[in-house]
Amino acid sequence: MTLASSYDIVVIGAGPAGLAAATEAAARGLAVALIDEQTAPGGQIYRAITTTPVRQREILGTDYWRGETLVAAFARSGATHSPRTTAWAVTREGEEFEIGLSKDGAAQLVRAAHVILATGAQERPFPIPGWTLPGVMTAGGAQILLKAAGLIPSGATALAGSGPLLYLIAAQFAAAGARIECLLDTTPRGRWRNALGHAPDFVSSPYLAKGWSLLRAARSMTRIIKGVENLAAIGEGKLEGVRFTTGGRSHDIPADLLLLHQGVVPGINLSNAIGCEHRWDATQACFTPTVDEWGATSVPGITIAGDAASIAGARAAEARGRLAALHAACMLGHLDAPQRDAHSGAARRELKRWSRGRRFVDALYLPAMQFRIPSGDTVVCRCEEVTAQQISNTVKLGCTGPNQMKSFLRCGMGPCQGRMCGLTVTELIAKERGVSPAETGYYRLRFPIKPITLGELAALPQTEASIDAVVRIKR
Amino acid sequence: MSSPDEFDIAIVGGGLVGGAVGYGLARSGLSVALLDEGDVAYRASRGNFGLVWVQGKGLGLAPYSNWTQLSARRWPEFAALLRADADTDVVLEQPGGFHLCLSERELEHRVQTLTRLLEQPGLERYPFEVLDHAALADRIPGIGSTVVGGTYTALDGHVNALKLLRALHAGLLKHGGVYLPNTRIESARRSGERFDLQAKNKTFRASKVVLASGLGNARLAPQVGLVAPVRPQRGQILVLERVRRFLHHPIATLRQTDEGTVLVGDSQEEAGFNDSVGMAILATLADRAVRTFPTLRDVRINRTWAALRVMSPDGFPIYDQSRAHPGAFLATCHSGVTLAAAHALELAPQIVAGELEPRLQPFSAERLNVQKAA
Amino acid sequence: MYKRLPELAASNPNTRLLAVTIDGKPFAARDGDTVAATLLAAGLADCRTTPVSGSARGPFCMMGICFDCLVVIDGRPNQQSCMIPAHDGMQIERQQGARVVSLAPESVAPESMP
Repeated sequence: MTLASSYDIVVIGAGPAGLAAATEAAARGLAVALIDEQTAPGGQIYRAITTTPVRQREILGTDYWRGETLVAAFARSGATHSPRTTAWAVTREGEEFEIGLSKDGAAQLVRAAHVILATGAQERPFPIPGWTLPGVMTAGGAQILLKAAGLIPSGATALAGSGPLLYLIAAQFAAAGARIECLLDTTPRGRWRNALGHAPDFVSSPYLAKGWSLLRAARSMTRIIKGVENLAAIGEGKLEGVRFTTGGRSHDIPADLLLLHQGVVPGINLSNAIGCEHRWDATQACFTPTVDEWGATSVPGITIAGDAASIAGARAAEARGRLAALHAACMLGHLDAPQRDAHSGAARRELKRWSRGRRFVDALYLPAMQFRIPSGDTVVCRCEEVTAQQISNTVKLGCTGPNQMKSFLRCGMGPCQGRMCGLTVTELIAKERGVSPAETGYYRLRFPIKPITLGELAALPQTEASIDAVVRIKR
Repeated sequence: MSSPDEFDIAIVGGGLVGGAVGYGLARSGLSVALLDEGDVAYRASRGNFGLVWVQGKGLGLAPYSNWTQLSARRWPEFAALLRADADTDVVLEQPGGFHLCLSERELEHRVQTLTRLLEQPGLERYPFEVLDHAALADRIPGIGSTVVGGTYTALDGHVNALKLLRALHAGLLKHGGVYLPNTRIESARRSGERFDLQAKNKTFRASKVVLASGLGNARLAPQVGLVAPVRPQRGQILVLERVRRFLHHPIATLRQTDEGTVLVGDSQEEAGFNDSVGMAILATLADRAVRTFPTLRDVRINRTWAALRVMSPDGFPIYDQSRAHPGAFLATCHSGVTLAAAHALELAPQIVAGELEPRLQPFSAERLNVQKAA
Repeated sequence: MYKRLPELAASNPNTRLLAVTIDGKPFAARDGDTVAATLLAAGLADCRTTPVSGSARGPFCMMGICFDCLVVIDGRPNQQSCMIPAHDGMQIERQQGARVVSLAPESVAPESMP
């Protein structure tokens, strides 16, 4: 679909939050465009929901198929969907926003009165020795291969890390008939004690039953090795084995595929570049944008819904998408505040329901420090190949923050723009300095937040002022 | 030196100017402290282009061209010292540089500017070439057909500016200097024979102080009897992904680094203290880069930078020493890379001696008052 | 490393195949797969060597944020293979180090003022 030059609301990201937000906003009579990088809607949690070649529904599990309902509702909503479109900038233009988009190798600008960021989460970096070897992937990546291409692991495969997604994937692989050598669980022994305070909430939440059934499925299909304290990917030029220690003893297993996962964190590059305020969330050990109960950020007209605001899962994301849309509709004068509040009851109840029990999960599965903060030759910045030791040494030279560190070592300067290294660099500097990550800060990002070609940018509108500022003949 | 917070010389500002002056001072054997702000300060030094550039500078102040030429001449020696002291190769290359013009009007203006510049009395003249498109295409393969012409001098070059900053800090430490980050100086005052520099929770004392804190100089200078009428001037650049080496000469607005990345610049905007990027400027930068090298059309922009240059009213550096508070010095410029050699090897010794030489008198802020009176 | 679910074996009449080449060698890709999935299905763990050190890398995140899955597609370097669907006739080459730009006069596109 060709995009118009302006909309009331542009929603960025077609996962559960974005789909729900766009559907709700369109229902309120607003002109809405849903922008998404992927070929088909669903984001990552519902990746390939409309195109998956997987026919046996039980392989992917019932939670996955919820995506069909969301997409169907969106398809009926009248909102415009622009797939394979990357949003790389959001700037203020007078009363509106100007959004830089890239589609089919051409950049274009679209205006919006209000922007909802529903850009979701990404996997937390998991920097172990050898994690850059071919044959090491994220567990989420393997899950995408299953959903989108019907591919399952076939060789000597190990799953490693911590968190519910790891068990979900094991369960899905079990249902698909894939063989996994082992699941190396890095959840620290005794961590359940930290989580115990939140247990009652968890027990009464929808997550208890889910968790239990995943655990049973995973146990039935592979060896689960608990209390893994050290982990390394071994090989020359590609993965050949995995070395791990548990109970003080070291083990080596051959492997040609290692799937890593230790939780997900909000993707903050766009909200950071826009200038939204962020804070360090100590419970989830990540930076989150500061949002109110509607998802409104510190920048008027920018709202964030779903896991891009803070990790709460797919069902909570839907609810937050609807709340963000209702708020935007109110801001644009389509609803007054009492109407907005009246319409938000169901979403608020859903949000409450699906938020219950998360604190237990967060507390239980917060990755141990040694897996968040590597040492020695372990690569921290994958793009620029900067190691933990280099960063530590540079802190000792007096480099106190990630932006200074970027200038000194180039970490964060590659195409991923710090997505794979940002949290690690912040936590590593904080630890070396003995201060909090909050005080250390994060990379300062600027547009474009995804790389675009010089030619694309060159074709965008210039002004007399911009030409004068660059050519400077008058001087 | 009686306590850990007392030094012979304290430098306020740990960017390229403070870093180079600091390194030069530390080499003299004096105890030196480099006091720097935190991670999220404006930090002009992070946004620089990396040129060691002579061509075109000094229209309106001939001594500036001479000072720049001196720095360029001493740069190889400076790079060698850094290699030895900081174990860092800053990858200085001085193959000569080009200023390219994308229209006849630009070329005409350029030639006029250089001609007027070099006619100024007292300026050490250097030769420059005017090249048409064909001549340029010979020297720079791949140049676009709308590059009408350009000028070249052999004096120009470039360096890895980020490695330079790192090397300056390491060199300072090597010579016993102290680097204190997260130490924003709130006030500076003379107290007897010394200066007291007040940070949030600490006071530093030094026999001499050098203000090199960029935009922060405006606030601190009056406290020690100096003026630093500087304002922010925003510059934006694009940084392209790594490309196998295709460009060896620096162009004033486009250079390939030793890492293989390509820098595209630059703008000059009065944007106050806003260090974000603007779409129209990025588009103009990109458009001109594609015209300069059409083959770069498909290369990706990995990131952009915007930084605030420290700009004096006439654009020239300010070097000053305080008469009211002897021992206080000021150094500010917006070409911290080009002038790094001069700052370390020419300016620092003068500060050690306690007196700026007459040849730096043209850079005193007094010239700006004179302009105002006239 | 990876194999297709039995229900999706190439012999399945619902599976449409595409003729692509990988480093010059013909391969039958599945219509609907991304280029990264195609490479993994072909048994290739690595898709490039890095410009910084020449180290081998392969697809890592499959969702467009790690930039490790870069390959040359139909002559265009540094394409994120996990974000691009395979198409019939596609030529996929593994990316060796930094991209090359051609400076030959023929490759310079005719200029037109906007």
